[in-house]
Amino acid sequence: MSEVLVLVDHVEGHVTKATTELLSIARRLGEPSAVLIGGSEEVASAAESLRKYGAAKIYTVDDADTKDYLVAPQAEVLAQLVAKTSPAAVLIVSGGQGKEIAGRLAVKTGSGLLTDAVDVQVADGAPVTTQSVFAGSYTVQATVTRGTPIITVKPNSATPEEAEAAGTQEVVEASVPDTARTAKVTASEPRQASGRPDLTGAAIVVSGGRGTGGDFEPVEQFADSLGAAVGASRAAVDSGWYPHSFQVGQTGKTVSPQLYVASGISGAIQHRAGMQTSKTIVAVNKDDEAPIFELVDFGVVGDLHAVLPAATEQVNQRKG
Amino acid sequence: MNIVVCVKFVPDAAADRHFEADSTVDRVGVDGLLSELDEYAVEQALQIKETLADDSTVTVLTVGPEQAANAVRKALQMGADKGVHVVDDAIAGSDALATSLVLAKTLERLGSESAWDLVVCGMASTDGSMGVVPSMLSERLGVPGLTLGSEITVERDTVRIRRDGDVATETVEGRLPLVLSVTDQSGEARYPSFKGIMAAKKKPVETWSLADIGVDADQVGLSSAWTTVQDTTARPPRTAGEIVTDEDGSGAKALVDFLAAQKFI
Repeated sequence: MSEVLVLVDHVEGHVTKATTELLSIARRLGEPSAVLIGGSEEVASAAESLRKYGAAKIYTVDDADTKDYLVAPQAEVLAQLVAKTSPAAVLIVSGGQGKEIAGRLAVKTGSGLLTDAVDVQVADGAPVTTQSVFAGSYTVQATVTRGTPIITVKPNSATPEEAEAAGTQEVVEASVPDTARTAKVTASEPRQASGRPDLTGAAIVVSGGRGTGGDFEPVEQFADSLGAAVGASRAAVDSGWYPHSFQVGQTGKTVSPQLYVASGISGAIQHRAGMQTSKTIVAVNKDDEAPIFELVDFGVVGDLHAVLPAATEQVNQRKG
Repeated sequence: MNIVVCVKFVPDAAADRHFEADSTVDRVGVDGLLSELDEYAVEQALQIKETLADDSTVTVLTVGPEQAANAVRKALQMGADKGVHVVDDAIAGSDALATSLVLAKTLERLGSESAWDLVVCGMASTDGSMGVVPSMLSERLGVPGLTLGSEITVERDTVRIRRDGDVATETVEGRLPLVLSVTDQSGEARYPSFKGIMAAKKKPVETWSLADIGVDADQVGLSSAWTTVQDTTARPPRTAGEIVTDEDGSGAKALVDFLAAQKFI
């Protein structure tokens, strides 16, 4: 069976859920080989969960010497592994960083690239991706026709399945030329944890927009009563009311939760691009003509500053 | 400094975007415009030129059908100095790899006439929205790629960006020549002034074919794409939901009842 390379996304050795999803997808296509780039302590702590989710092999690459450079070294390492293993596909988590690694890898290996897959299935032995395009108004199915299929997959595109595998570790001595060490990270400030679920992975997302008037407290408290992540529209982010990393929409995160609550958000196409594929959509907005109401399963025409606190209290009571 | 901004002419997101029978995007039957996210790239290029206040030039480069000249014109109206439009029937249906090849070859030709220092791109197009062309360009040109910059500073031959990642905010720097991509957080793009609109009419725009940049027709286009779209399906419209108007707390109660009925509580 062919190997399928999965680039491991990890935060200091903690393997992200999106990576375990990729390992499950990889098992549909062949035998998963995790590519783990990091320091020795990170490798040690990541290996166990990679094994647990089906990595037959784990290629480990020490990044002590390259970690201060942006994406190019990772692409170089993957290109060398593609040449060495002739994999059935390379799977990478879709995000700013992952897509850039994938783009460079595609050029290096002369391979077709598909990004932002929300599903990957197999037909005639080759991967077929599903993507949601044009602000979620179309879905497309695509295949790679030349080279090694390189696919970036959005978080939440598969259910991670435990499938204990050997996880045989193989140290790879990749040579990273100086030409891949040109965009240097000179400072890094870790993001503060919010204590809420991760926006892209959350089952419920409560978002606030212009209608909050800058006061996100009702949004956050309602989110907390439901155990939800908090999101924000671009209008709210541009006004400086909420950090950009919480922006839902075309230039922020794409979310597809079980429940999406849009409060004080009009529903411009750019916002819809980031949430249109949510299972259930609820909106609270003062303007009964806001386009968001065209999308909703349930809508309340009213002031979020009155509706959300009252709803929060009732949810807490019912849980109580 | 010679700055080149790569821009794309895209179907208007507010229009009825759709696919042709061959699964390519209809780029002619839908009103198009300069991709909103590329306006930020034009803006940053202009700001860098204005900060340097020397004889720097901003060249705007696009690849696309005849109508794509409108994207070049808009950038010239905003203040870019000259334009290059690569147009060739053989390009239709190109994927990101082919697009980056055409851009790289065009930059090679531009560079042979007068060396460029900085290539600026938007973070992604608003149609395909893959966001991979800037990295592909950096790879093809063999120069540093500073991507997803939300704050940009240029100091002599060093470019420094702030990059807001999911786990950290980073400062990244590289030496010219390089490829830079900027996000929609980098600063609002200016509107063309009346003076800018008039001045744009006299600015030079060159139109090049694939032959002019040394690319064979069989390296690009739908038939030699590295990827194939097999099927496109319009998402069925969402069925209209229930809308209630809040009166004295009735909205919150109805909302909570709905959430409970759907088992979210």
